[in-house]
Amino acid sequence: MHASGYEPWSAERAAQIIADHQHMAGAAMPILHAIQEAFGFVPDTVVPMIAETLNLSRAEVHGVVTFYHDFRREPPGRHVIKLCAAEACQSVGARALTAYAEDKLGLEMGETSPDGRVTLEPIYCLGLCACAPAGMVNGRLVGRLDTDAIDEIAAEASR
Amino acid sequence: MNSIRIYVPNDATAIACGADRVARALSEALAARGIAADIVRNGSRGLFWLEPLVEVETPAGRVGYGPVKASDVPSLLESGLLEGQPHALCVGLVEEIPYLKKQTRLTFARCGIIDPLSLDDYKAHGGYRGLAKAAEIGPAATVEEVFQSGLRGRGGAGFPTGIKWRTVAATPADQKYIVCNADEGDSGTFADRLIMEADPFCLIEGMTIAGLAVGATKGYVYCRSEYPLSLDVMNKAIEIARRAGLLGDNVMGSGYAFDMEMRMGAGAYVCGEETALLESLEGKRGVVRAKPPLPAIKGLFQRPTVINNLISLATVPVILDKGGAFYRDFGMGRSRGTMPIQLAGNIRFGGLFETAFGISLGELVNEIGGGTASGRPVKAVQAGGPLGAYMPVSQFDTPFDYEAFAAKDALIGHGGIVVFDDTVDMAHMARFAMEFCAHESCGKCTPCRIGSTRGKETLDKIMAGERREANLAILTDLCQTMKLGSLCALGGFTPYPVMSALTHFPEDFGAAPKLPMAAE
Ligand SMILES: Cc1cc2nc3c(=O)[nH]c(=O)nc-3n(C[C@H](O)[C@H](O)[C@H](O)COP(=O)(O)O)c2cc1C
Ligand code: SF4
Ligand code: FES
Repeated sequence: MHASGYEPWSAERAAQIIADHQHMAGAAMPILHAIQEAFGFVPDTVVPMIAETLNLSRAEVHGVVTFYHDFRREPPGRHVIKLCAAEACQSVGARALTAYAEDKLGLEMGETSPDGRVTLEPIYCLGLCACAPAGMVNGRLVGRLDTDAIDEIAAEASR
Repeated sequence: MNSIRIYVPNDATAIACGADRVARALSEALAARGIAADIVRNGSRGLFWLEPLVEVETPAGRVGYGPVKASDVPSLLESGLLEGQPHALCVGLVEEIPYLKKQTRLTFARCGIIDPLSLDDYKAHGGYRGLAKAAEIGPAATVEEVFQSGLRGRGGAGFPTGIKWRTVAATPADQKYIVCNADEGDSGTFADRLIMEADPFCLIEGMTIAGLAVGATKGYVYCRSEYPLSLDVMNKAIEIARRAGLLGDNVMGSGYAFDMEMRMGAGAYVCGEETALLESLEGKRGVVRAKPPLPAIKGLFQRPTVINNLISLATVPVILDKGGAFYRDFGMGRSRGTMPIQLAGNIRFGGLFETAFGISLGELVNEIGGGTASGRPVKAVQAGGPLGAYMPVSQFDTPFDYEAFAAKDALIGHGGIVVFDDTVDMAHMARFAMEFCAHESCGKCTPCRIGSTRGKETLDKIMAGERREANLAILTDLCQTMKLGSLCALGGFTPYPVMSALTHFPEDFGAAPKLPMAAE
């Protein structure tokens, strides 16, 4: 799903995406999701385009982009590893496992490696709380994580 | 001869535990052996510790095997999986598993039994009887039936659903909306997810009935982005329902119009709060609105709106089908019907347990849930999500009931129970509650926005042993301010996990350890 399957930035393509969604009620969120799905992030240059189409101020659109944790303003790493940081996962050792993953990847939570290879970030519950600790690796759901599973994930992310 | 039917679940939990690999291994192994069999992907029963739970149809009923890994497939086939023969992973007849047998499945009656995207399966198991009834008795009687059932909102606040519907029905407007709250942000909950992934037509039917009842023709499901599979299954189900005439201008030939669509959240917990959710649906920042006006009067795009939790809506079909009185007969006190309780975290038998209100917390955790997964003693459970209290074992006699929990400053919320063993540091958990509040605050009120950050800092000092007494007084005071000065329950209820941790486990906050009791 991820692993860099994103399109390179194109203003034309962005305009097309905006046009495809602009007639939906409350179109801003579906547009931002579609932009991020295409390019991997929401570039600042797209904000005025959305604002103009939806007849909003730039500040309003900027406000929406920055309010939601999901929207990225920078491209993510080619691999995106999200580890659940919420309570049920903590109850079965997610804190220690996260520390192990940080160590293994040489990254702290919320960081992208300087070579753009991998992003490690927290997520707050995937509804997998009965097979915790859980996470999402390049869009794929993973449960019952342990250090072996983290080793495998790190190996996948080294490619 | 009937062909062999094998069921391999495909909800998010099963998939996260390797169900897709199991399904592939099975189909390859069967092909290699020249055996014709149908592999049905069947959502999930919600017995998550057994996932992937492979089932095979036998004359005696469905026999289960779990948890199955792809590498188990050859040995399963050799042992006679296809005839339901014994194997180390065999759990016998699935319907006889005590965890399932002890449940009262009303809302979740079909989950794990049917193919989620088969309308034929859905109808063969009672689907669309509720809508047929609603169309027959008409809007006013439908609202009344829901009122009579005693159903209270399953999203947390427990407000009577029938009263909410009456208000919307009685408010004239050019357009009304049904909004399903599928933001399910509480850690330890997955009931909404399971309906969407295992019985999506149940939600579609429930929303359609709501639309008919109050005169709304358009519905939105606001689903969190952390549930990509739910979004996918729901989108497919909506398309199927449209093609079958179950959504559209003339639903099921009833003369009523209703259509709906999915919308995706973007990782903001506060968007589970109903007015923040409406703002988000309108394409804005998810900032909480002051009430009044109530969403029932001025909701989405300023129109009268029913906003209900997904489970509230998915329970409506069975209420219409079997009658409000049937549903009301389950439960205790003012908590009527059943609740899907979600057993999660450090628990041996994690999963969904739908049962009538009134069961004790201790029975849920110890008898049904089998205690901790680690085998260590239970120290505390957090009930009702990140805004719910930590309850010690001494409160395990509390019956699962809105009022009984409230009397202990605790919360049923959306029905999640997260179990912790004795290795948990409750000061850490209290700090996490403040940190989470700071992370998710919508920023509208100062006690929540600033208070949560101060609370986290103060807890850091307490944990470091710095001016302990003085800082504990500051923390207590801060919690009081947040409780009284917050517009919504994010700021207003974060004090509950914090103060309950402090009250019940003072030794984790640097107090002298409690003297061991003379007798148990
Ligand atoms: C911070 C916060 C988060 C909430 N999250 C959810 C949620 O994820 N799902 C939900 O149904 N209700 C949630 N609620 C409760 C809703 O505001 C609202 O009460 C509910 O959607 C009403 O539906 P019901 O009457 O069917 O429960 C939340 C409330 C607050 C204050
Ligand atoms: S309590 Fe917090 S989340 Fe709720 S309205 Fe106030 S600032 Fe927003
Ligand atoms: S708390 Fe981690 S998946 Fe729910």
